Amino acid sequence: MTALAERPGDTRTRGRVVAQRFFVVRELGIGLALLLLIVITALVNPRFLAAQSIKDLLLGSTILAILATGQAIVVITRNVDLSVGSVLGLSAFAVGTLFVSAPGTPIPVALAMGVALGAACGAVNGLLIAAARVPALVVTLGTLYVFRGIDYTWATGKQVNAADMPAGFLRMGTKAVLGVPVLALFAVVVLVFAGYYLRAFRSGRELYAIGSEPAAARLNGIPVGRRIFGAFVVSGALAGFAGVLYAARFGTLDANAGINSELNVVAAVVVGGVAIFGGSGSVYGAALGAVLLTTIGAALPVLGVSPFWQRAAVGALILAAIGLDRILMARVGERLRVIGGRSVAENAPNQRKGARRA
Amino acid sequence: MSPPEPTPPLLSLHGVDKSFGAVQALRDARLDLYAGEAHGLVGENGAGKSTLVRVLSGAHRPDTGQLTMDGQPLVLHGPADARAAGIAVIYQEPTLFPDLSVAENIFMGRQPLRSYRRIDKAAMRTRTAELFARLGVHLDPDRPARGLSIADQQLVEIAKALSFDARVLVMDEPTAALSGVEVERLFGVARSLRDAGAAVLFISHRFDEVFALCQRITVMRDGRWVSTDRAGDLTVDALVRRMVGREISALFPRVDHDPGEPVLDVRGLTLGGVFEDVSFTVRAGEIVALAGLVGAGRSEVARAVFGVDGYDSGAVTVAGKALRPGRPDLAIAAGLALVPEDRRQQGLVMDLSVERNVTLVRRWALSRFGLLASRAERRSARTWADRLQVKAGALTDDVSTLSGGNQQKVVLAKWLSTDPTVLIVDEPTRGIDVATKAEVHRLLSEQAARGVAVLMVSSELPEVLGMADRVLVMHEGRLVADIPRHGADEESVMFAATGSAGDKT
Repeated sequence: MTALAERPGDTRTRGRVVAQRFFVVRELGIGLALLLLIVITALVNPRFLAAQSIKDLLLGSTILAILATGQAIVVITRNVDLSVGSVLGLSAFAVGTLFVSAPGTPIPVALAMGVALGAACGAVNGLLIAAARVPALVVTLGTLYVFRGIDYTWATGKQVNAADMPAGFLRMGTKAVLGVPVLALFAVVVLVFAGYYLRAFRSGRELYAIGSEPAAARLNGIPVGRRIFGAFVVSGALAGFAGVLYAARFGTLDANAGINSELNVVAAVVVGGVAIFGGSGSVYGAALGAVLLTTIGAALPVLGVSPFWQRAAVGALILAAIGLDRILMARVGERLRVIGGRSVAENAPNQRKGARRA
Repeated sequence: MSPPEPTPPLLSLHGVDKSFGAVQALRDARLDLYAGEAHGLVGENGAGKSTLVRVLSGAHRPDTGQLTMDGQPLVLHGPADARAAGIAVIYQEPTLFPDLSVAENIFMGRQPLRSYRRIDKAAMRTRTAELFARLGVHLDPDRPARGLSIADQQLVEIAKALSFDARVLVMDEPTAALSGVEVERLFGVARSLRDAGAAVLFISHRFDEVFALCQRITVMRDGRWVSTDRAGDLTVDALVRRMVGREISALFPRVDHDPGEPVLDVRGLTLGGVFEDVSFTVRAGEIVALAGLVGAGRSEVARAVFGVDGYDSGAVTVAGKALRPGRPDLAIAAGLALVPEDRRQQGLVMDLSVERNVTLVRRWALSRFGLLASRAERRSARTWADRLQVKAGALTDDVSTLSGGNQQKVVLAKWLSTDPTVLIVDEPTRGIDVATKAEVHRLLSEQAARGVAVLMVSSELPEVLGMADRVLVMHEGRLVADIPRHGADEESVMFAATGSAGDKT
């Protein structure tokens, strides 16, 4: 600390280093936890790493990762979308029904329809939240039941079977390119697009600004309502997209597709280091969180842990992730205050004091 | 009253009304800002200054009246429009995004772009570094805004205003939390902008600053325009009279009397890196001011004495009994009261009603069988609100609806109702208007006369000199001077506070 105060010239680069290290540490931490889990499980049971198993892991993570990507975009704006599971179910059943009633439908059309349906659901959420200014938690809790209710009404007594769907569509759900499942490739494309958009475009950065300090965002002239609306439409569209992939992967559809998955998605996002109060985190972290949660689900039975304990393990992981965030945040905050608490050279001796002031 | 002006105003606002529900915040407000001129705007809290700023910034749309810029009517649909018109606003409380980098904070919504409308981060960083170089500050463009001192946050706001070559710069009480050096630097920037042809609107409760910076001063009262004059034609007395519409009997109603027994005794209080070996006594009936520059560790000492923060070594005794560190509950039981620096964050629960706030500390004393009897609560709150003349629509209104001065009275009422023997007040009159200031001073004086030991942390020299029986001065975490009332003047306190002549006293 003292050394820093004596060399104020260093502060220019130190701030960047500290900040960057912090964000790397967050995602690196999840990566490390994932690696550790895989290594331990593989040591206990080497067959865990067999090709089929890795493919299963990727396949299993895909849908959760896509949902988590959309959720992360919403959470970054200090909102939450609890309706994603229901949107997924609605979209999956809609795609199944489309293939039943119009067997020749091309796959891209089915994909577009699922995405559009999801986007429409997201628009309903977004309108209620942005225009009517109802808190997102309440609105999406409501639409969670409304969308699922529509799904039930529509799907009562009906079931779509794999036989009703075109073979090409089902192949998309199981096929792999160079050992990587096609579905996982879809997820990677979505992820890279979303990650790049959030980093490199004005509207993407504005989402972070809104989550970081909503009042300041308004005063800065950011169209807060429009951006939040957009975030919910994207989250809905991705949930719709995930619904189509769900249909392709499982083939058999009833009204329960994706039920109770919403909290799993939020868990993945939080474990992935996206702050639940918005403003920080990345979709990559959220996707890693999704992979980690899926891997836990697969690894714990291999390790001989009773399935009853699996949920507790997920819970402990969430608490650990939040605890880690808190500790990192406090330490980074402290160091930033030391580095740049005072910018004037005359005040340099005060730097240490600035560090302790809340 | 307005002097004739050969050149037309750059930005002018006429006949503006604005009401929020039943409350009329602005009535026929007017303001003319000229290029190359700094314009002071003064008025009590609740006079409508901040509403006027929000009209100029596009955050509020006026009910009637109009804005003109360069003689053309200007309609602002939101803050983005104001910025497009070249109006930059620096609010009282900085409006930064703590999670984003300083560079992003400056360019949010206007980031330099490269192909395909992507943000050009390198250009953004370079331009931020250029802006900081112009301002002469050493801030890392890539560090997050989280953890910046208030002064540095203001600098980021100013860099923001510079970044889009603002033609009109509005500063709403930017100096409230700044120390002398920081204020000087802020003024340096404001002057250079003004000399470059921008119009500056400066709002402050500190008259010396208004006179130092501004060529023209407008006074507002109760949402109305009162007068606009050249600064040279005005005196502080005249300004104060116009602001309150009446004479202020005495801003510092201090009565002389003999202090009693020592009540609060602090010995060798040390917290590593924050303050060191701080020792002092406060006697019954005595007002002791703790002066010094912002960051000298005064508030930290006050917080440690009250037990909000712990300390490494030292002892605090109240009326002969030692206080355990880090236990505000025991401190309250021992008769201590702390009116904190930041009333919104620390002094009040903004979402609770006035009466709930007033009775918050005494909720157990007022309850019977563990239940709060609302009648007892109401009666107690009514008594104290009347005694302090809190102006509120109803005591059941949220405390957030009150003006700053009245909020401060609620905080005072809350603590005075505990009947303290030691009253610690941290910046008791920050950001409140002259009339309320005088009332707060009268209250403190009354408490001292009743035998309460008062410890007052204050950055305002006139307040320190006008109120205190003794002035303790801190510099970089150490107590460097203990000056009795008759020996204290601006010079001796400032010398000690800046550490330039610690041995002079």
